[in-house]
Amino acid sequence: MINDYIFILKAVCHTLTQTSSHQVLICRNYKGDVDMSEIDHFFTLLMQQEEEGLLCPVMSHGNVHFLWIKHSNLYLVATTNKNSNASLVYSFLYKLVEVFTEYFKELEEESIQDNFVVVYELLDELMDFGFPQTTDSKILQEYITQQGNKLEVAKTKVPTTVTNAVSWRSEGIRYKKNEVFIDVIESINVLVNANGSVMSSDIVGSIKLKTMLSGMPELRLGLNDRMLFALTGDKGKTTVTMEDVKFHQCVRLSRFESDRTISFIPPDGESELMSYRINTHVKPLIWIESVIEKFSHSRVEIMVKAKGQFKKQSVANNVEIRVPVPSDADSPKFKTSTGHAKYVPEKNLVVWSIKSFPGGKELLMRAHFCLPSVENHETEGRPPITVKFEIPYFTVSGIQVRYMKIIEKSGYQALPWVRYITQSGDYQLRTNT
Amino acid sequence: IQSSSYFLKAELNNEKKEKKKEAVKKVIAAMTVGKDVSSLFPDVVNCMQTDNLELKKLVYLYLMNYAKSQPDMAIMAVNSFVKDCEDPNPLIRALAVRTMGCIRVDKITEYLCEPLRKCLKDEDPYVRKTAAVCVAKLHDINAQMVEDQGFLDSLRDLIADSNPMNINKLLTALNECTEWGQIFILDCLSNYNPKDEREAQSICERVTPRLSHANSAVVLSAVKVLMKFLELLPKDSDYYNTLLKKLSPPLVTLLSGEPEVQYVALRNINLIVQKRPEILKQEIKVFFVKYNDPIYVKLEKLDIMIRLASHANIAQVLAELKEYATEVDVDFVRKAVRAIGRCAIKVEQSAERCVSTLLDLIQTKVNYVVQEAIVVIRDIFRKYPNKYESIIATLCENLDSLDEPDARAAMIWIVGEYAERIDNADELLESFLEGFHDESTQVQLTLLTAIVKLFLKKPSETQELVQQVLSLATQDSDNPDLRDRGYIYWRLLSTDPVTAKEVVLSEKPLISEETDLIEPTLLDELICHIGSLASVYHKPPSAFVEGSHGIHRKHLPIQHGSIDTGESPVSAGPAASIDQPQVIPSQGDLLGDLLNLDLGPPVNVPQGSSMQIGAVDLLGGGLDSLVRQSVKQRWYSGDLFLWFVKVWLPAVKAKGLEISGTFSRRQGHMYMDMTFTNKALQHMTDFAIQFNKNSFGVIPTTPLPVHTPLMPSQSIDISLPLNTIGPVMKMDPLNNLQVAVKNNIDVFYFSTLIPLNVFFVEDGKMERQVFLATWKDIPNENELQYQIKECHLNAVSGKLQNNNIYTIAKRNVEGQDMLYQSLKLTNGIWILAELRIQPGNPNYTLSLKCRAPEVSQYVYQMYDAILKS
Repeated sequence: MINDYIFILKAVCHTLTQTSSHQVLICRNYKGDVDMSEIDHFFTLLMQQEEEGLLCPVMSHGNVHFLWIKHSNLYLVATTNKNSNASLVYSFLYKLVEVFTEYFKELEEESIQDNFVVVYELLDELMDFGFPQTTDSKILQEYITQQGNKLEVAKTKVPTTVTNAVSWRSEGIRYKKNEVFIDVIESINVLVNANGSVMSSDIVGSIKLKTMLSGMPELRLGLNDRMLFALTGDKGKTTVTMEDVKFHQCVRLSRFESDRTISFIPPDGESELMSYRINTHVKPLIWIESVIEKFSHSRVEIMVKAKGQFKKQSVANNVEIRVPVPSDADSPKFKTSTGHAKYVPEKNLVVWSIKSFPGGKELLMRAHFCLPSVENHETEGRPPITVKFEIPYFTVSGIQVRYMKIIEKSGYQALPWVRYITQSGDYQLRTNT
Repeated sequence: IQSSSYFLKAELNNEKKEKKKEAVKKVIAAMTVGKDVSSLFPDVVNCMQTDNLELKKLVYLYLMNYAKSQPDMAIMAVNSFVKDCEDPNPLIRALAVRTMGCIRVDKITEYLCEPLRKCLKDEDPYVRKTAAVCVAKLHDINAQMVEDQGFLDSLRDLIADSNPMNINKLLTALNECTEWGQIFILDCLSNYNPKDEREAQSICERVTPRLSHANSAVVLSAVKVLMKFLELLPKDSDYYNTLLKKLSPPLVTLLSGEPEVQYVALRNINLIVQKRPEILKQEIKVFFVKYNDPIYVKLEKLDIMIRLASHANIAQVLAELKEYATEVDVDFVRKAVRAIGRCAIKVEQSAERCVSTLLDLIQTKVNYVVQEAIVVIRDIFRKYPNKYESIIATLCENLDSLDEPDARAAMIWIVGEYAERIDNADELLESFLEGFHDESTQVQLTLLTAIVKLFLKKPSETQELVQQVLSLATQDSDNPDLRDRGYIYWRLLSTDPVTAKEVVLSEKPLISEETDLIEPTLLDELICHIGSLASVYHKPPSAFVEGSHGIHRKHLPIQHGSIDTGESPVSAGPAASIDQPQVIPSQGDLLGDLLNLDLGPPVNVPQGSSMQIGAVDLLGGGLDSLVRQSVKQRWYSGDLFLWFVKVWLPAVKAKGLEISGTFSRRQGHMYMDMTFTNKALQHMTDFAIQFNKNSFGVIPTTPLPVHTPLMPSQSIDISLPLNTIGPVMKMDPLNNLQVAVKNNIDVFYFSTLIPLNVFFVEDGKMERQVFLATWKDIPNENELQYQIKECHLNAVSGKLQNNNIYTIAKRNVEGQDMLYQSLKLTNGIWILAELRIQPGNPNYTLSLKCRAPEVSQYVYQMYDAILKS
């Protein structure tokens, strides 16, 4: 449950020699159980595993264990020699990325180097003796600021939030106009087999808040009755059951458990209030039929038919259909009924973009590639066709926000604004060739 | 570097604050990139006296890094630290106490106590919080000091509760603390043993809402608590079933997290699926592999898919596996092919479809796919003999492309096993002989057996071939295993071909469905570690954490009160039994108990050790008495003291069944090692075993692993794993065990004495202080003295330690060696011993002290036996 070191490393690529090595950008020792030089073994292991193509997020050398994540070209590594809580370590490492990103916009080598003093301060404040402490970047920003010189007038107060039961919102927030923006976003995950049968599909929904409210408001969110939570055990046909619901730490879980009320004191600004998963069989909103014919040594012919399987009144925006092509293909030719197709050779893809795709319509794209007469010997995988889209003003599940009650002791009036959007999540259709 | 540190030194001593700060920044920057700037220690410490928070933080950072290497100079900083702990700014007070705790230098630690005490009572909650963590740091450096200074009491004051083990308080705190705090509370809760099922249920009810937390670590820790406490709930209650249903969705949701989080979740789901398959049996689709999953996620998903495969979903699973088998990642493809074979063995109805899928894959001619497919087809042949041999011809076509030992051995085995149906079997096998000495041992052994099989089936045409392989194996090889096997075959063939045929071509036992299940006691232990590294590695913490061997191993709680009323619960923790050795109930109606034994057929639990199967297979069957010999040697060697094998049930008393055996303890597990011999004229089947209630609650962990009929004059060695979670009843003598064995003929009873050493647990080493206190605490009338006569030994401690009797201290008093030792029984009873050895005197004096003195004489017997063995 306790980790010892947090390292932030970068991969250094020597373009000349084609080898890569690593360099510690910054590190912080929390317990002194593990020697710092152990990190060298991490490099060796990492390179070894990369070569074998068998990367694993947990590695060990002797009795030292490395748990790591990668963020762009940086590695965040936690070390331990105990039976630590691994899921806590990963949660924490991702939290670290989140906090740094909120502090420095981008988490990258330069931002670490330019701000090493703040990074040290944050590492000191985020974890003590291997125990994660305050990790809410809004609260941290109240007493660890980027402008070092501001601290000349030493702050004499730690925000009480750090130790309060409500550790995610500070007191004394003021807005002239009190508003809450609610975004209901549903992502559709689909996996379709090459023969056209839907292997798995689900909806991952998310309710996001942008809170601009003064004081310490008490909020209560009401959803339409169709949204029954599976936990009630009552599975009717007309209702959509949420398989699983996850809440931001501000939501009173025991209250929800007892009477299904979603009540909370919201964090200020943007946050994800809840997410849910619905397991119903969703009709894939954009259906793809594809014929990819490969004539060895001469050409590849691709025909893709896309059909909007949603209401005629709705429109899918920014649709992108990505079709894989062999890596040695060349001389692309396209023909599309709507939108335009583009060859992206570095990704071995044809991307067919359609700005707006009305429901019920059927669109067509044909592509033609030449293949070299000398065959590529490397076997290639068969990546699936993937689809991206957004459909505004619409949710597949039919979830609706009925009300948002906002009560604050000063008694101000506040308005909630709601937006609905459905988008593609992990949307994959396997192909035959 | 020299010159730059010279400039830095000058800047550090600059009068201007800004310059100073910039200089310290430069020092830290140099430190960050790994330069040694420890020579600047005094100059940096001089900058500590500042009201600039940022500068102070930097200096502290420097101190944390270098104090250990410069302990004498670090002392210079103490005054500033103490002063900072009283600074009006709470941030500085907290910073000072936090940093002091991080400096692991004795002299600093000494000065830490006073400021720490003040900070624990600070008016600012942030300082108090930081100070509380500092107590943990101090405890890590010097636990004694924390106790002596009364810091634990201060902590108790902080939580405003004199009773630190108040579960209700913890549960309430779940609603009030940060997500990280919740994880620690849940991990704590999982170590708690509820009094009864009502308490277990009420804790579960309050933990369940955590399954909806957005932080995956909170979810997994909550799952751990629930999985543990489920053990305590009655299986038929509504609540139990509701809880099972609630566990599935959050586990599935974990799979939409980041890949590393998914990985931890999958490793844990793998455990949960083995422990309670019902939780996720409907969810197989979520484990279907996505193209862009990282390889470590793919491999784990595949593993879980096979575990969840059943008649209901096999069609879908197979379609998926076939898809995977045509991907490009070699490791993944191999595992997918293997998975198809495992499905065939697991779901009988699907076997045919699996075989045809494998054939399709062989047609692809992708080298590693073909090889992997042949290996699994061999297993399918073993599981369903005489069913799919029609495909052998297709397999033979691929003989030349096999270059991996596993695949070659599998193919050779198939040819030998079905030699009579393959026209050119001799040619095929002969082709392997050419490079015999370049083959791996595995291939050589299989080839030898295969050719002998071929010879026994078609003796006329293959005499030359068998001569050739026997001489290659016996004369030209320097591998003893190969030579031995060669000689055995040679003699067998030359002395008695009929027996040879019976031995080599005998029917083989069926292979079991699941071969890679985690051993049940380990699985239970791992369930207690859900979310931790142990659950990711699937290894107990003692296997990878140094110095954790003495730590109490976690086990699942045991349901109380499910046994007959009037019986005391089996204690789960050691504390209970130390205080109440009287929990062992008095001897009941023995006859009645034994007659009521329910000796139904063994439940269908995965059984059979792969070792046994492998060995039998290697020898081509029939020669298992030889194999057993070697197995026996492995069991009975080493320093462990083992009780002699005794005949427990003579054949005349059991209609021809003779049972002899002994008890042993190996790698922390208890076993009953038995040999069943059939001295009757008919074969024996349907064996089952049951124990009467006994003093230590010993019961078999698995049913009797006897799967094939025991033929007349055949015998079989059985190693039956035992555990001590069964019902308890005091016996006389204490170590008496009454056993009932059933077979197709009758039920037989016998009783035997269990040597007490099998109950000596591995963590029986007591802390020195605890030993002293306990020795004083146990009343003198509990002390019993024994003489161990005629003992001539040098390494007394070592010998005893091998049997889990640990020497804690050794003293020489007036020329006599005094050994102070401790041991612990499986039911938590501690025995403390003092062994007095006078040089030149072969008679030792043993004094035993125990809260349950009735065990002492049995312990004495063990001392006597171990020291004289």
